[in-house]
Amino acid sequence: MSEPIVISVKEVSKHFRLPHEKVSSIKDFFVHPLQSLRGGKTSEVQHALDGISFDIKQGEFFGIVGRNGSGKSTLLKILAEIYQPSSGEVSVVGKLVPFIELGVGFNPELTGRENVYLSGALNGFSDKEIDEMYDDIVSFAELEPFMDQKLKNYSSGMQVRLAFSVATRSKADILLIDEVLAVGDADFQRKCFDYFSQLKKDKKTVVFVSHDMYAVREYCDRAALIDSSHIVAIDDSETIARKYVELFTETGERLSNPTLSPERWGDKRARYENVKTKMTGDGITIKADVIADESIDDPTFGIMVANAKGQPIFGTNTNIEQGKQLPLKAGESRGIEWEFPDIFNSGKYYVELTIMYKSVTEVSDWWKEAASFVITKTKDTPFIVNPPIRYTGKG
Amino acid sequence: MNTLSKLKQKYRYSLIILKQLVITDFKLRYKGSALGYLWTLLRPLALFAVLYVVFVNFLRFGGDIPHFPVYLLLGVVLWSYFVEVTVNGLTSIVGKGDLMRKLSFPRYVIVIAGSVSAFINLLINLLVVFGFMVINGVPLTITVLWLPLIILELFVFALGLSFLLSALYVRFRDINYVWEVLLQAGFYVTPIIYPLSEVAKRSEAAANILLLNPVAQIIQDARYSLITHETPTVYGAFSLYWIIPFIVVAVVTVVAAIYFRAMSPKFAEEI
Repeated sequence: MSEPIVISVKEVSKHFRLPHEKVSSIKDFFVHPLQSLRGGKTSEVQHALDGISFDIKQGEFFGIVGRNGSGKSTLLKILAEIYQPSSGEVSVVGKLVPFIELGVGFNPELTGRENVYLSGALNGFSDKEIDEMYDDIVSFAELEPFMDQKLKNYSSGMQVRLAFSVATRSKADILLIDEVLAVGDADFQRKCFDYFSQLKKDKKTVVFVSHDMYAVREYCDRAALIDSSHIVAIDDSETIARKYVELFTETGERLSNPTLSPERWGDKRARYENVKTKMTGDGITIKADVIADESIDDPTFGIMVANAKGQPIFGTNTNIEQGKQLPLKAGESRGIEWEFPDIFNSGKYYVELTIMYKSVTEVSDWWKEAASFVITKTKDTPFIVNPPIRYTGKG
Repeated sequence: MNTLSKLKQKYRYSLIILKQLVITDFKLRYKGSALGYLWTLLRPLALFAVLYVVFVNFLRFGGDIPHFPVYLLLGVVLWSYFVEVTVNGLTSIVGKGDLMRKLSFPRYVIVIAGSVSAFINLLINLLVVFGFMVINGVPLTITVLWLPLIILELFVFALGLSFLLSALYVRFRDINYVWEVLLQAGFYVTPIIYPLSEVAKRSEAAANILLLNPVAQIIQDARYSLITHETPTVYGAFSLYWIIPFIVVAVVTVVAAIYFRAMSPKFAEEI
């Protein structure tokens, strides 16, 4: 494919000077004239990007992935000419429109209609042009009855729909999209994906920053993985998505998810010990010892497996599986074992183990990350599970 | 025509944004207040009423100046415009920080938008001044033709200062307070409430020094052109002395433009 290059980034670096004591008053300027000229008492230089180079061809759907704080958003802002690179060069051919955030410039005191015109102007549309597309915008957002209400009376979902509806009208050659999918409900996300498919069909050039590997796999032709201000790899989206997941499994870090913290609680009348994970040919086995310090009449042992995002994948307990509880005597030690098939995509998974009693109302031991395991597969799907599936038939 | 349409194309985006920002400013100003846009007229009129009662009725200022109430009102209206533009201009860039971190559009549009909406208010207020002129029976003379140029000078000076102040405010947050104090001092060193002729009676030199301030020069010129020729202007001083306030305006505007241009690419990350 010999499409022309429309975005060319050459050796771009960006550093921010972070003064420990910011000089922002005139008094400082007079009291410490030299220091303030140098920009603060001690300033720390933060390298947000370091020697970034890549080219994007016309019609490409190009992903930029990386952890929080890796420099993705800075790069996007440099492409959008919001930030100036400290060194290096960026050249862009064609009209570029950034979607750094939905609803930029929306004013809560204005009506929906007024906001459409305001937001449209920021996207480069004159009043006349918006007049022509106004009805389309409103019907796409499904907000006909609300357009003369103030935006502050809209629900956040309605605001997002309106913003998205305006944003998608942009007549750009190149679109920069940053995490737009992070907001909105499933219905809205489907609309986003439809829009992406349309962009792909129209052969638009898109630069797409995301944490969502499903979307990256699904839409991006190529992607760049950025880690600690450098480009680690530029490759097809499948490879990059896998490398991205490996990045997390290597360091044991989880994706930004505050709900999955290494927590454990309960009264510990009985508790888990010696939790072991064993990977067999076609399944995973979790073994543990239950140590009872006090007797429990109706213990229920539970298990739940979640992915690195903290999304539960499945779970069950002995009550569901066997419908009966075997009493634990004080001082007793009992081995338990869970076995389940490998239905996972590549990535790291966490196992949550529980012991409940009194008709599953009291917690004896609840261990959020009792164990973890890593799956590496050659083929992943953009869905929650990836069970072995047999396909017969041609093609 | 060709160059005009080219220019229009080049500044198309800026013009579209400028228009919307001015419209939005109009819609949002006085939002929720019962009298709404009437406040644009009521504020300078209220200030005028206070000054009139105190300085004309009680202190007998401007005794021998013809049409002194209109003379006073014109000064108040022009000064209020200058204050409005510079005070709003100063915080305009920092106030729109959110927009600037998300979009790349020419930064100067924000400052100009504030200045344009204040300018529309000024025009409305000038209509009120004309109304008072009719009531007071002020005769119109040919010198009124100077007025548009005088107003243009005020527009340029206030806009230039706004560019300078808004860019400085990004780095030095004290400017806010400094400017407040300077404006307060400016209200007294500018011949708004007192007739400059009173100063000239005591010291010709002092009156001339006060006229070096471009706002003083502008207010006196406006009064001369519109209300009475019996008011001192900077041209009454010796030879080319009158050129100094114009040089001040030019220097401020050029320095402001250069500084703003140099600083604007960094606004997004420094705010």
